[in-house]
Amino acid sequence: MTYRLRLYITGRTSHSMRAIENLRDICEKELRGQFEVEVIDVLENPALAENEKILATPTLVKKLPEPVRKIIGDLSDRQKVLLGLDVFGPDKNND
Amino acid sequence: MATERKEIEKLPTGIPGFDQITTGGLPKNRTTVVAGTAGSGKTVLALQFLFAGVHEYGQAGVFVTFEESPADLMQNVRSFGWDLEDLVSQKKIAVVDASPEPGEEAIQSGTFDLSALLARIENAVSSVKAKRVILDAVGALFPQFTDSNIVRRELHRIAAGLRRLGVTTIITLERTDEEGGVGRFGVEEFVADNVLILRNRLEQEKRRRTIEILKFRGAVHQKGEYPFTVDSEAGVTIIPLSAIELKQRSSIIRVPSGVPELDKMCGGGMYRDSIILVSGATGAGKTLTVTHYVKAAIDAGQRALLFGAEESREQLTRNAASWGVDFEKAEREGLLRIVCRYPEIMGLEDHLLRMRRDIDEFKPSRIAVDSMSAYERAGSRKSFREFVIGLTSHIKHLEITGLITNTTPMLMGGESITETHISTITDTIILLRYVELHGEMRRGLAILKMRGTQHEKDIREYVIDSEGMHIKAPFRGIHGILTGTPTYMFTRERDNLADMFSPRPEQG
Repeated sequence: MTYRLRLYITGRTSHSMRAIENLRDICEKELRGQFEVEVIDVLENPALAENEKILATPTLVKKLPEPVRKIIGDLSDRQKVLLGLDVFGPDKNND
Repeated sequence: MATERKEIEKLPTGIPGFDQITTGGLPKNRTTVVAGTAGSGKTVLALQFLFAGVHEYGQAGVFVTFEESPADLMQNVRSFGWDLEDLVSQKKIAVVDASPEPGEEAIQSGTFDLSALLARIENAVSSVKAKRVILDAVGALFPQFTDSNIVRRELHRIAAGLRRLGVTTIITLERTDEEGGVGRFGVEEFVADNVLILRNRLEQEKRRRTIEILKFRGAVHQKGEYPFTVDSEAGVTIIPLSAIELKQRSSIIRVPSGVPELDKMCGGGMYRDSIILVSGATGAGKTLTVTHYVKAAIDAGQRALLFGAEESREQLTRNAASWGVDFEKAEREGLLRIVCRYPEIMGLEDHLLRMRRDIDEFKPSRIAVDSMSAYERAGSRKSFREFVIGLTSHIKHLEITGLITNTTPMLMGGESITETHISTITDTIILLRYVELHGEMRRGLAILKMRGTQHEKDIREYVIDSEGMHIKAPFRGIHGILTGTPTYMFTRERDNLADMFSPRPEQG
């Protein structure tokens, strides 16, 4: 299963850079190579943000697998990101 | 120094009445918060700001919707005859959809800001070269994010960004109560130097909409609440009461009242741009006075507009016919329009709006309202006062003649709310009174005041026959007619017979 992800940022702000860094780390460690990531700068491509109704940046959009889901923020809370991506981390509970 | 501070430039909005109460419009390149409860007309006002910008000033606009989807919105404003879709396709208006996606729940992980929203708004502004922006229902933004402080801070940043773009912005904000704080979430404290409050109160079982300018930092404006209406023809129309009263001129041109004797009593007729109040009990001859007055216009080939509030068009026409005046013919010839609306069917603000519209359409040279006092029933005293002032000042503004009648509650003497409310704004007051003389009902007419000229001070008897009103000689030897309790000043019956009228009226 391949994850199709899209990360919206606005310019090279500290939020943006942290989000890119965190996403890279998550993809490498948790998604094991099965991902496609597009990084979109809203300042350069506002029409795409319009279509996807992006208000906040950074916003990570999980396009596939469905359901489509938005994760807002610099992705520093890894547990929340994994929850949003429906990835079950190594410390998940089977109860 | 305060004395050297420059007044902030205003942007005329094009919303009827709005630029008068704000003395010129919204503070230019600034953000104004419009707060109000649900259904108070915030969105209509904001949208009208955009539409008037496009249609009257050639200024494009951006509409940012936080609550309703653009599709719903386009559907909703169609009832005002506003084709949002068309203006969007013509690139006169751009829409930014910031409404929440139904069922979508975003997860928050770490810090963020609303730069994407600002970037989208900036993109929309530059794509249509907008001068006006509205952010509708920003309150809907708060539940989408866990931290309200971030949303407030970001709205502040958006407002600052819009100021840099050189656009004038309206932010609408929902209130939960008509009184108390401006709005929820404390947005206005962060965002705007300018706050307008729209209210929609229930007063004596009638809805009454008002607008108040709470603050305009560094700019003058009118204080207090102003009534406004929302209707499908004009959208929001604000009734700027005090603002219109001031610029009335005075004409010395006289026009006939339709009763030659009355003109003589007034020193040669009524002034053309004056308001005449005819006050009397039921059956005293008010409608007859109106008929004479309307006929005088028709005979001179001028248009007259008659507002009937108590009688139907058929009754008014039939009454006139009984005095030999053909209203139907005059209507066919385009010299007369009779508008009959029962006062209770709508609020007084709406009545005022419709009447002003009728006047502006028909362009009459004289107007009659029969009777003004009937409208007392349709609203609170305050609304009624505003209605009377709004109508009479509009008539004066157009420099035409207005005759309004007032039904007094008592047969003899007495005064009513109408009289007390409007006596100061009328130029001429004519009293029609019943006079009981030796067990007989007679009628007396007096000119109580007439601004700017001498007038007869006598109380004259008048009679009504099939040709209308005939003013006779003054009453003599009797006083206290106006109070309703006349006293006779003669000692013998012979004096009475000889002196009551000089000369004695013929029996008709």
